[in-house]
Amino acid sequence: MTHLRKHLVVVGHGMVGHRFVQAAIERGLTETHDITVIGEERLPAYDRVALTSFFEVGADALSLLPEGSYDDPRVRLLTGIEVTDLDTTARSVTLAGGEVLAYDVCVLATGAAPFVPPVPGHDLPGCFVYRTIDDLEAIREAAATAKVGAVIGGGLLGLEAANALAQLGLETHVVEMAPRLMAVQVDDAGGAMLRRHIEKLGLTIHAGAMTKGVVEADGRAAGLTLADRDEPVPAEVVVFSAGIRPRDALARTAGLEVAERGGVLVDEQCRTSDPHVYAIGECAAPAGKMYGLVAPGYAMAEVVADALLAGPGTFTGADMSTKLKLMGVDVASFGDAFATTPDSLELTYSDAVTGVYKKLVISDDGTRLLGGILVGDASAYGILRPMAASGLPLPANPEELILPASSGSSVDVGLPDEAVICSCNNVTKAEITDRVARDDDPCADAACVTACSKAGATCGSCKPLVKKIVEDWFTSVGRTVDTSMCEHFAMTRAELYDLVAVHGHTRFDDVVAAHGRGRGCEICKPAIASILASLLNHHVLDDDAFALQDTNDRYLANIQKNGSYSVVPRIPGGEVTPEGLIVIGEVARDYGLYTKITGGQRIDLFGARMEDLPAIWTRLVDAGFESGHAYGKSLRTVKSCVGSTWCRFGVQDSTSMAIALELRYRGLRSPHKLKGGVSGCARECAEARGKDFGVIATEKGWNLYVGGNGGAVPAHAQLLASDLDDETLVRYVDRFLMYYIRTADRLQRTSTWVDSLDGGLERVREVVVDDVLSLGSELEAAMARHVGTYFDEWRATLEDPAKLARFTSFVNAPDVPDPHITFDTQRDQIVPATSTGPVLVAASIPVGAPVGGAR
Amino acid sequence: MSSPQVGAVAADVTGEMVAVCRVEQVPVEGGVAALVGGRAIAIFRTFDGNVHATSNYDPWSHASVMSRGIVGSRGDVPYVASPMHKQAFDLRSGTCLDDETVRLAVHDVRVVDGVVWVGEEVTAGQGGCV
Repeated sequence: MTHLRKHLVVVGHGMVGHRFVQAAIERGLTETHDITVIGEERLPAYDRVALTSFFEVGADALSLLPEGSYDDPRVRLLTGIEVTDLDTTARSVTLAGGEVLAYDVCVLATGAAPFVPPVPGHDLPGCFVYRTIDDLEAIREAAATAKVGAVIGGGLLGLEAANALAQLGLETHVVEMAPRLMAVQVDDAGGAMLRRHIEKLGLTIHAGAMTKGVVEADGRAAGLTLADRDEPVPAEVVVFSAGIRPRDALARTAGLEVAERGGVLVDEQCRTSDPHVYAIGECAAPAGKMYGLVAPGYAMAEVVADALLAGPGTFTGADMSTKLKLMGVDVASFGDAFATTPDSLELTYSDAVTGVYKKLVISDDGTRLLGGILVGDASAYGILRPMAASGLPLPANPEELILPASSGSSVDVGLPDEAVICSCNNVTKAEITDRVARDDDPCADAACVTACSKAGATCGSCKPLVKKIVEDWFTSVGRTVDTSMCEHFAMTRAELYDLVAVHGHTRFDDVVAAHGRGRGCEICKPAIASILASLLNHHVLDDDAFALQDTNDRYLANIQKNGSYSVVPRIPGGEVTPEGLIVIGEVARDYGLYTKITGGQRIDLFGARMEDLPAIWTRLVDAGFESGHAYGKSLRTVKSCVGSTWCRFGVQDSTSMAIALELRYRGLRSPHKLKGGVSGCARECAEARGKDFGVIATEKGWNLYVGGNGGAVPAHAQLLASDLDDETLVRYVDRFLMYYIRTADRLQRTSTWVDSLDGGLERVREVVVDDVLSLGSELEAAMARHVGTYFDEWRATLEDPAKLARFTSFVNAPDVPDPHITFDTQRDQIVPATSTGPVLVAASIPVGAPVGGAR
Repeated sequence: MSSPQVGAVAADVTGEMVAVCRVEQVPVEGGVAALVGGRAIAIFRTFDGNVHATSNYDPWSHASVMSRGIVGSRGDVPYVASPMHKQAFDLRSGTCLDDETVRLAVHDVRVVDGVVWVGEEVTAGQGGCV
């Protein structure tokens, strides 16, 4: 008997194609099948839903397959290649280069293409669609020399595109044929509220307007003519976003059945009219209906993976609920949002001042929630959507669900087990409780549940609900969550911080004697060192603190893989004089250091031996440099662009602000490293929204974003406050950082800290901006104390012989270089040589020296 | 200064011991590196005044860095965590607490009249790949 492996061809590598391949690998389909995935775009699958953030985060951050290939060697990914033919008789596909691939099973995931209405001039230079990273790059290039842009289509994607144009600094118009924005998701009242929000941001909305044609000037797009309007709308960049059409051409030419309104007809297992071909995502039309959202596509991907393993999964329609944040405005729509159910009732709440509109659609007997619309505040979405989807009985006073009182979110709803909590990944409440309740390898917290079940991993809107379900379960079984930092301290870092502050402890020994047990470890010692440093701002190398520090703080430098260190002088704002540059160059040359410009606008000098650090720093300090704190859990850099001083687009002096902020917070010890950024205009060249605190200049002042970071789990900073003057900006950053330092967990980044707070960003805003805890002046005073007591750690070290004595290679041979540290050369600079084992130092080196450490 | 302590590792010393430094040169709950017989040795002092000596070479990261690790306790076990990737080693036996198949070499060590003396390897460690 032969065991021939089968060949599975996936046409299309978008979000859904990628999800299918992932599901196939996870479920073991590659045990029996080789998979070839063919993507037409040059990049592997990326997060198209977050396309607009491409300008801020770049293509790498959006990629769903950053490595560019699958871990499973049985999966082959081809990108930048079109599939030109599908032959269902021969069971083969033909690639653009002529290669023919035979298949046993073919899965079409070709997605959809933007619909461009055939108006005159639609193909002029300057006209674009909004679908791929290449589209966005082309739009960005065109926007560089343009002032005004227009988007045709005021739906979900159109508004995303308009946001992108506005971000690129263009005066932006939106032309929508329907009388309101986002006509598919929201009703007239919601659309009107949304329009007010968007107009406040400076965009111009033309609703109920039909585009007649694109005006041409010098062979390029110059504007739009609208029916029933005399004046054309000026626009040098025109983006068509008037809906999408399934890309079903391959299926049509292959003779597969297609739906009346486009899309490959498929059955409940997503099988096309040919039993060996499946179609999933936007190119498919289950029961004749095409779904333009990613969640149904994901569901179809799972169904096909299941079907190929002879599983029972079927696709019988999808929840079309949506929640998104458009230009900072929450918009959500779920269930029967337009009250199409006979005799259904509508309950609305509208507040023009705060710009909030909420509507609930309720069954005629008032017992069940059918759907709803939320504009301006969608915080209740997490609980309302599953409530509508599960048909759960409404509480006695359903208006409490949408009234602005805090009661709304605290309404205790006992969701049934089958309620789908995460619609992006189709995770039910039962699956979430199973993750924490199972005997075998249970999750200990909500973050683990998200990692294991994917609940909350895509759009994140259900995260608060996931957390609540997890906590409710722990409470129901009478278990308290273990928040011990380590075996020595049975408390969280925040609790310990308060204890140290209240008792006024200044030494680890006192802290562990009063509140802990044992002698500490590599977890609690650096944490307490950081707490003491935040509170006291003493020297990290003082006798009481030295042994608590991680190695980087211990030698005020960054340890590298061969035991050598790197040296980073502070260069605030990245601004350095030629004389300063020359000194850095000379130091690097004289000590043979590898030199690299960092991502944070610094110069990093690698390969320094520990015993050379004092001499290196003597020269840097003499030249006016100070420690850059690149080694600590502390403020690293505040990145900046050149701002209004040099840049023709800059509206504020971002360099001066970045320098002021970096000098203010330098040396500040924190639970995790901190970075800031200041951009001089909305072009955001400093990438400030990738920073823990990001400042972006506006015509009126500064917008403050918080909670961004790079790292393994990148996060975007979110807008905390707008149009601040210099003084208010600094006050808010002071409060934000101190609030974080006081209450975050050890090694918890600001992004996860914000998420962990009850109320999330809104809670940060209450404390920092609204000062509801009356903590503001206390937090500011703590920061003022830090600023007032700042000193340069390296200068102080050089002035203290006891501290300097620690910078020796060997206690009994202080000037013998450690022979383990050896280098090779690459591109004319040193790199660490690979170590293979302990080295025996040559016999000529004196050992067994007299007591006292002399040579 | 606490009274001189005998290291936790007791063994018949046949080789010569080498005087390395004064005990107060080793920070409490810290370490220093020393050259002994051509080898890089890490010398640690725990809170209770005991002195330990191990190879300075971290078998996980292949760098000579153990003396720069954080010294702490797990239950009653005094240990040092590698400054590279935080693997913990029992200071008395050299055994890696995270993976018992990996071991730091441990050297005989005595404190006599406030002077730290280091002797030969009493527990072989792993130098090369793990």
